[in-house]
Amino acid sequence: MNSNRKKLIVNPLSKDNPITVQVLGICSCLAVTAQLKPAVVMAISVTVVIALSNLIISLLRNTIPPRIRIIVQLVVVSALVILVNQILMAFVYDVSKQLSVYVGLIITNCIVMGRLEAFAMTNKPFDSLLDGVGNGLGYGIILVILGFVRELFGSGSLWGYPIFEKLGLYNIGYENNGFIIMAPMALILVGIIIWIQRSRNEA
Amino acid sequence: MEYFNIFIKSIFIDNMIFAFFLGMCSYLAVSKTVKTSLGLGVAVTFVLLITVPINYLLDKYILQPGALAWVSPSLADVDLSFLSLILFIAVIAAIVQMVEMVVEKFSPSLYNALGIFLPLIAVNCAIMGGSLFMQQRGYANIGEVTCFALGSGIGWLIAIVGIAAIREKLRYSAIPPALKGVGITFIITGLMGIAFMSFMGIKL
Repeated sequence: MNSNRKKLIVNPLSKDNPITVQVLGICSCLAVTAQLKPAVVMAISVTVVIALSNLIISLLRNTIPPRIRIIVQLVVVSALVILVNQILMAFVYDVSKQLSVYVGLIITNCIVMGRLEAFAMTNKPFDSLLDGVGNGLGYGIILVILGFVRELFGSGSLWGYPIFEKLGLYNIGYENNGFIIMAPMALILVGIIIWIQRSRNEA
Repeated sequence: MEYFNIFIKSIFIDNMIFAFFLGMCSYLAVSKTVKTSLGLGVAVTFVLLITVPINYLLDKYILQPGALAWVSPSLADVDLSFLSLILFIAVIAAIVQMVEMVVEKFSPSLYNALGIFLPLIAVNCAIMGGSLFMQQRGYANIGEVTCFALGSGIGWLIAIVGIAAIREKLRYSAIPPALKGVGITFIITGLMGIAFMSFMGIKL
């Protein structure tokens, strides 16, 4: 694998992260991260949708008339999202209930449309696939960090396992910070992640 | 009274931005000045008000399990609900396009004001989210759905105009360089969300 292709995967992880640097796809990233499990499921679903839609649009890129490209992209993305939605409902029904409307909202996730417009319309299929995987993972990393912090400090557990209770922290007077599971704290946490990342990348 | 209750609830308690984070992308990108954010807010409200009731009718008469019974009794056990995502987004894209053309023809001044924002709205998650929440919450009739759509739109409008006003003032404050722009906007939105949480539990 040459260095250009490696960059397609590595850059979105930190330097060109879709959430913290490009500020795309915020809606779902905040809404599904109250616990780790839905966050991971969501990250995988979005990665699959971005990678496959990038691949498909890139294969079709020379045949799509520019005037109707948005509609074509929307149709491809929504077909993929319907597939993902059905698969989630079939195999992980409880998580799919938790994610509720946010699976459907992958269609309007700005990362997906943004990558299709900015990359897949002008690049070869394999590169587009890698770009999709890279951006999906970049999105996934932030989701996992948020899900980890919010579940650990919000409900004292990880992946549903009551970790703080087993450690006996409650007996010595520890209390869960219930506020961290609520909507406003998610926004503030993302703000803090952006802060840390930017000062690290600039330094 | 039920209508008014839904209306107030969707503005303050189930606020699109503060409670469900819908439409964050354009919320962050377009909230630099009050004037443009007001334009976008009005456009979002307008499009929500049209698309959500239409999608409600589609859902009720075509998509729901057994909804096709009015065509012929033999279709009574057809369940098309898996098609709702693609149908909703198609309706939204088409309506946005149509609204754009109608507004351009009949009200050039409104078109100039909304102009660049209308096409953006087709991929705004607040619009799609409005339709999906409508489907999920199972409102009783089209009046309730309309109240929900109007309330959600106005809630979004209040949020974006509020943050734009704060960001205009923010230009003169000393913010750590790495936190400038998006970072501080997130944190302030979080604080606004905390303020909006105080509306929780209001019932009329």
